[in-house]
Amino acid sequence: MNTTDTTPVIQAEALCKRYGATSAVDGITLSIGRGEVFGLLGPNGAGKTTTILMLLGLTEATSGTVRVLGCDPQRDPLTVKRHVGYMPDAVGFYDHLTARENLAYTARLLGMPQKERDAAIDQALARVRLQHAADKRVVTFSRGMRQRLGLAEIIMKGAQVAILDEPTSGLDPQSTEEFLTLVRTLSADGVTVLLSSHLLEHMQRICDRVALFHAGRIALMGTVPELAQRVLGGGHAVLVQARGNDLAKVLESVEGVGRVEPAGEDAYRLRADRDVRAAVARAVVSAGGELLGLSPETPSLDAIYNRYFQDQSANEEIRHAA
Amino acid sequence: MPRDTNRTGSPWQGMGAVAIKELSDHLSSSRMRVLEWLVVLTAAASLYGAVRSASGGSGSDPFVFLRLFTNAQPPLPSFAALLGFLIPLVAIGLGFDAVNGEYSRRTMSRILSQPLYRDALLCGKFLAGLATLGICLVALWLLVIGLGLVALGVPPGGEEIARSLVFLLLALAYAGVWLAIAMLFSIVFRSAATSALVTLGLWLFFALLWPMLAPALAQVIAPPDPLAQAFGQPTLQTMQWEQWLGRLSPAQLFNEAVIAILSPATRALGPVFLSQLEGALVGTPLPLTQSLALIWPQATGLLAGVILLFAIGYIAFQRQEVRA
Repeated sequence: MNTTDTTPVIQAEALCKRYGATSAVDGITLSIGRGEVFGLLGPNGAGKTTTILMLLGLTEATSGTVRVLGCDPQRDPLTVKRHVGYMPDAVGFYDHLTARENLAYTARLLGMPQKERDAAIDQALARVRLQHAADKRVVTFSRGMRQRLGLAEIIMKGAQVAILDEPTSGLDPQSTEEFLTLVRTLSADGVTVLLSSHLLEHMQRICDRVALFHAGRIALMGTVPELAQRVLGGGHAVLVQARGNDLAKVLESVEGVGRVEPAGEDAYRLRADRDVRAAVARAVVSAGGELLGLSPETPSLDAIYNRYFQDQSANEEIRHAA
Repeated sequence: MPRDTNRTGSPWQGMGAVAIKELSDHLSSSRMRVLEWLVVLTAAASLYGAVRSASGGSGSDPFVFLRLFTNAQPPLPSFAALLGFLIPLVAIGLGFDAVNGEYSRRTMSRILSQPLYRDALLCGKFLAGLATLGICLVALWLLVIGLGLVALGVPPGGEEIARSLVFLLLALAYAGVWLAIAMLFSIVFRSAATSALVTLGLWLFFALLWPMLAPALAQVIAPPDPLAQAFGQPTLQTMQWEQWLGRLSPAQLFNEAVIAILSPATRALGPVFLSQLEGALVGTPLPLTQSLALIWPQATGLLAGVILLFAIGYIAFQRQEVRA
């Protein structure tokens, strides 16, 4: 893989999609590089799936331009679709066919020569660890197996871009874990991965960058720490678990601590402008308290997301009041 | 819309793969097996009657093989009439969930994200349905000819074979009309149950209700004049209206064409004046070319129906959102 290649793999410029008077997507601009894992977040109906369909050329954009691997999906959909793998939300397969037959159908649609077909299918199924179920009919598959079969299709295709719509919703924790690992290996192979989800914890773990969708626009875009900086404000967050009298006051008096919030029984969340862990430990112990735990908190996407939407609705109320 | 004017790549790419997959699905599906047995068993019953009456007739009949198709032994209808009734059922069975089935299985967007246009998907499905129907009809046709050879003991003449082959093509066109209708409804309605119900309803309407409604409507549009009524005769205008209204139904077109092609003595498919029969050898068979000329409007009507219905479905499908 050419690492010096910096031309974006996916590029959208002022992309709009209107259905009558309502706009589903309203001026989206984004650019995704090779090998990146990019997450589209947002509530249902925020325009994530519509954006994905426009990237694939399955829906026509009302205005704006899209380039996927340098091609316009509107004019050159076959080239785009040849190199882009797509796994829709709750992907379906032909239940009466086996996993292998389902992939063979896709391979024929791709025009893959018969000789390469079997090897490619076996390889893809082994990669997602479905080789034991290759000749079972898909009707017997669990949801997690179907999702993995969807990923096998993308691998078999040799796609340079993988677009996964809500890939982890409805999966049990173990399947989710397996699935996220597979996505990671895909990206390690140089495949650009675009994920959409509202399961923020999963997204935080695998995405290099995320874009937060809100009412058809990208409200925020960047790495998770960047977003935290912007939405939650700068500084360090520390979770202190300690037992003692009037500890909140003690913690507040530590130099550098800005704010102390209770975080459950015998737990406090501190916001500080520097790393205050050592000072906090000293303060708690010297105040006669029992220090049970002290851990830095990485800002969670959950917190960013919730804070952002709280701020949004607060702003709207102010606007309505005015 | 400028949507499709400047896209690149062949619209046929992937059509072969779709058609082959659909064909193998059709041929191995239990639905198709049930329909085949239904057709074969009822056809066997009606042929049994036809063979008995044909072999009992005079040996001088030059079109004894065609009698196998047209002879009816009450209460069973003739083989041709039976096919006219059952072909739509098979075609509907093949097409009613062609498109909405892909949505309900959630395979549509996955398939369309492969390098093929929607054109290829729709055409592939239609061709596979038509090929399945063709295979069934050819098999049935061969069975009839074989049965005729065994039961009658005479080989069919060249013209008989030619006429029965034309019948085969007509049956295929008629099947195409119903396949196109079924697929159109499978595009329009998102639920397979709805599309099946609507298509079957339309089939029953054309098979049972329209033959009763058309004369009634004709009476309303062109009331018979009192003089004709006194003689108990319908007016020419009423009759013509009745015929034209009746021909809106594909079943009527098919039946008329079948009568003309399988009964070579048929000279006209509409009202005939006595003056027109002057000099005609009533009862003598027409040559094949003349019979073909007679059924030409019906045959082109059926073909036009296939193309028109498919085109409407095609446009509807192109404009559909693939979400879900």
